[in-house]
Amino acid sequence: MCKEFLGSSVGRKAVVGVTGFILFGFVVVHTLGNLQIFLGRDPLNAYAYKLQSLPWLLWPARVFLLAVLLVHLWISLWLAVENRRARPTPYVFKDTVQATLASRTMVMTGLIILLFIVYHLLHFTFGATNPEFFHLTDAKGRHDVYAMVVLSYRNYWISGTYLLAMFFLCLHLSHGVSSIPQSLGWNDERWDPLFKWAGRAAALVIFMGNSSMPLAAVVGILK
Amino acid sequence: MNFRLKIWRQRSAEDRGRMAEYPVKDVSPDMSFLEMLDVLNEDLTQKGEEPLAFEHDCREGICGACSLMINGIAHGPERAATACQLHMRHFKDGDTLTVEPWRAKAFPVLRDLVVDRSALDRIVQAGGFISVNTGSAPEANGLLISKETSEKAMEAAACIGCGACVASCKNASAMLFTAAKVSHLALLPQGQPERAARVKKMIARMDEEGFGNCTNQYECEAVCPKEISVSFIARMNREYLKAQST
Amino acid sequence: MAEALDAKTPSGPLEAKWDKRRFELKLVNPANKRKFEIIVVGTGLAGASAAASLAELGYGVRVFCFQDSPRRAHSIAAQGGINAAKNYQNDGDSVWRLFYDTVKGGDFRSREANVYRLAQISSGIIDQCAAQGVPFAREYGGHLANRSFGGAQVSRTFYAQGQTGQQLLLGAYQALCRQIALGRVEMRPRAEMLDLVTVNGHAKGIVVRDLVTGKIVSYSADAVVLATGGYANVFYLSTNAKGCNVTAIYRAYKKGAFFANPCFTQIHPTCIPVTGEYQSKLTLMSESLRNDGRVWVPRVKGDKRSPHEIPEAERDYFLERKYPSFGNLAPRDIASRSAKEVCEEGKGVGKSGRGVYLDFAEAIRQVGAEGIRERYGNLFDMYAKITAENPYQTPMRIYPAAHYTMGGLWVDYHLMSNLPGLFVIGEANFSDHGANRLGASALMQGLADGYFILPYTIGDYLASTGKRKPETDHPEFKKAEEEAGGRIRKLLAVKGKRTVDSFHRQLGALMWETCGMSRNEAGLKKALQEIPVLREEFWKNVKVLGEGAQLNQALEHAGRAADFLEFAEILCHDALHRRESCGGHFRQEHQTAEGEALRDDENFCYAAAWEFQGIGRPPVLHQEPLAFEHVKLSQRSYR
Repeated sequence: MCKEFLGSSVGRKAVVGVTGFILFGFVVVHTLGNLQIFLGRDPLNAYAYKLQSLPWLLWPARVFLLAVLLVHLWISLWLAVENRRARPTPYVFKDTVQATLASRTMVMTGLIILLFIVYHLLHFTFGATNPEFFHLTDAKGRHDVYAMVVLSYRNYWISGTYLLAMFFLCLHLSHGVSSIPQSLGWNDERWDPLFKWAGRAAALVIFMGNSSMPLAAVVGILK
Repeated sequence: MNFRLKIWRQRSAEDRGRMAEYPVKDVSPDMSFLEMLDVLNEDLTQKGEEPLAFEHDCREGICGACSLMINGIAHGPERAATACQLHMRHFKDGDTLTVEPWRAKAFPVLRDLVVDRSALDRIVQAGGFISVNTGSAPEANGLLISKETSEKAMEAAACIGCGACVASCKNASAMLFTAAKVSHLALLPQGQPERAARVKKMIARMDEEGFGNCTNQYECEAVCPKEISVSFIARMNREYLKAQST
Repeated sequence: MAEALDAKTPSGPLEAKWDKRRFELKLVNPANKRKFEIIVVGTGLAGASAAASLAELGYGVRVFCFQDSPRRAHSIAAQGGINAAKNYQNDGDSVWRLFYDTVKGGDFRSREANVYRLAQISSGIIDQCAAQGVPFAREYGGHLANRSFGGAQVSRTFYAQGQTGQQLLLGAYQALCRQIALGRVEMRPRAEMLDLVTVNGHAKGIVVRDLVTGKIVSYSADAVVLATGGYANVFYLSTNAKGCNVTAIYRAYKKGAFFANPCFTQIHPTCIPVTGEYQSKLTLMSESLRNDGRVWVPRVKGDKRSPHEIPEAERDYFLERKYPSFGNLAPRDIASRSAKEVCEEGKGVGKSGRGVYLDFAEAIRQVGAEGIRERYGNLFDMYAKITAENPYQTPMRIYPAAHYTMGGLWVDYHLMSNLPGLFVIGEANFSDHGANRLGASALMQGLADGYFILPYTIGDYLASTGKRKPETDHPEFKKAEEEAGGRIRKLLAVKGKRTVDSFHRQLGALMWETCGMSRNEAGLKKALQEIPVLREEFWKNVKVLGEGAQLNQALEHAGRAADFLEFAEILCHDALHRRESCGGHFRQEHQTAEGEALRDDENFCYAAAWEFQGIGRPPVLHQEPLAFEHVKLSQRSYR
């Protein structure tokens, strides 16, 4: 059954939908967690410390998310390759009636997000790109996540990179999230406008939430 | 009205093909797009050049034969219309019009603008029917079907099998075509016994034929001459996932 | 004159004839069925339903159509509906009433026993189609809905929006697809029949051209079924699809099958008028529009005011005036001819003056625009699309157009032609509609033939003759292949100056003028003189480019036009010989004082079946006398 399911276009689309939904869920939680930066240094560092002190939760979660990400990536690329093969001769005159920019650039935005994830991990998780901000500790001797983030974001190149990445994430989510109910067969004519609206709204909220942090650091709200 | 046409010419399936340019003059705004091509063909024949091959039959928007990509849009700019119902009044005098065949791996070009769409027939052959032999039908009013259900089924059944959905889809996917038939039959009580098997077989066949996958861009819906809704695709996805999980 | 044709109608009371015959028919042993091969040409309602049903019975079936898919056959374009004597509306319908209406509507030129059988079978067709999933219109309670249609005074028409033909065809196509998947039907699309092959007088195969490769190939079988539709495209401008042609049945005619009543052609009253020289076809608007629309023209000749400016008193609702009891619902031939007459009086509307108004203003006042949209939404949209006028505000303009042909190959009660083994079903045969077909009866007849008649009667032929399928290397096949190939080479070799279309248009215009809605001796004689001249020019001056061994649409059209150029003569010949008016055949010399069709039952109460004698030579007439034992011959009156 699994072979038939994964072999079918509809089955694979469902997998992309489910994995996308999980990744979207992670992005929401991750954003909410990070937004604690606006509560100040102590709550954020305490939150980070708490997470680090739960390795039995953290590591399975990390492994799970990585697996989900890889499945999402693998299946999406597989579909994308098939899609290219399905039209070997392109049209001379190309036009689009109602497909959104977001929907037409999913593979590109997805790959950009992948690159960003690698950078983001190197930056904040492994401390490889800016070690000077990574080894700071706060007054309670905890890893000073707050300082690491704020100091990093004061660098225009870094905050610019994050803003740009969030723009692509937003584009990706705006199509991806509203597609989930379609791919999983929950959609119908009554709900379609709501799902479309909700997908775009969610993407925009994520964008605003995540970009508020580098912007706040740049303009000096976060010190 | 006068136009400049850029048209795909290809002598046979084996030929590589190329775009050719032709002027057409004195076109009446009341002509259909196909009648304009008729005029071009009369011209070409008079000049000793082989006329353009293009598919057409009923010329009233129901047989599904016509299959022209006009300026990058399947069946041209007029919504809810096939190319045979598209009239020249929708274009501006002096326009350049690019006319191409449906492009998809599953729709090989046979000549000029004529493609082989038999893949769609094979999808129906895989299960797009209700297995009832002639003679074994019960009294028609013995089976009550609500007006809403019947009308919904009719919306899906209105598909004319032209393939514009495939042609316009960025991925050359046949999801809308397949979904329309799956939904039509799944909605009706007559279609219940084969419901699960049908959707599995039809999707398997669709995939084998080399169509692409749906990425929910809904270009198909925008060009469908019968305005078949993509909600039928969601319905088919639902049918499929349900069928796989039982 | 040759001896009278025997239709092999069963004896006994009318109601019991079909039952009796079904019992008399020889059966093919189920185990033997798969040893018989049957060829079906055409995949419209008749062809697809027959092929599917035959395959279900176990026969080996090979099916051909010239379109790229069997689903595109022109049955798909039928809009209005399908009749059946279900009496669901409790309005007094019955098998007998449907039979009576059909015989009377056909102006007493159909075969009573066939029509009665058709009415008997009609109910089963609806059951079959509903079981296939045809989404017929329903009432809120879930029961099937009906409407009254085309002059019927009971509501017996079943419909699926304005796409009844499409939905019924898809039902039959899906049944066919199922048999293809089971391997019992071999489907050959893009294949055009070019000749019928007879061996020892029996139809045993066909020669086809593969329209993609141009190859000419023979197929043999135990029996051949032609379901290739009608010949209305002899008029060039008609509501038929561009590909509709007479070739298959005309070729069979040339091989000895009799062609019956070719002059019975139907002109449909509600089509969108011609707009220009380039016009390639005419679009029909369902006749159901006449249920709510009122037909009128200005009272005064040459009144060029817009319809809104013409006050009620200056309008002539000519159908209501002339036919008070039926009014706008008068039968097709009457409505068409009346429109032609008022246009000839100079009262026609639109640029060309060839049009009359079909006005919905009153209906919109009564039920509202929404109510009208619900009933005819898709038709109104189609009209608006084609004409760029809004029919909710401005009355539609309509004009009659050639639409359906009641004539066709002669068949007996078994639907077998005079050539044993050649069966002809649907519009391609002649039998059930007489001189005029009622609305919503074509779908009924096609499916009755295909689902419920042919599958039984063909078995009788097969059981009686046994297995006699020849091989395709038989000399008759070789001869037919060579002829077909030779004709194609000849068409390509002319290399003249005129396009095929120009010849076809010229023929069509001539036929419409002399042999269209009304006919007279002088006109028909003129046509009979001009057709051979045009045909001669065609073969000297036609220009067909390209090669035979490729997809070549001009060549396909050339072959079909060449056959029309021969066939048109038979049509005119028949029209000239029938010195009476009946149904769709209106001879100006034969009309009542009020201008109604005047039949001559004394001399013409027969089906005229013509036998080929050579191109350009008058065919020989065979008569099948028609006896009306159950419906009294009477002057049709719709006043």
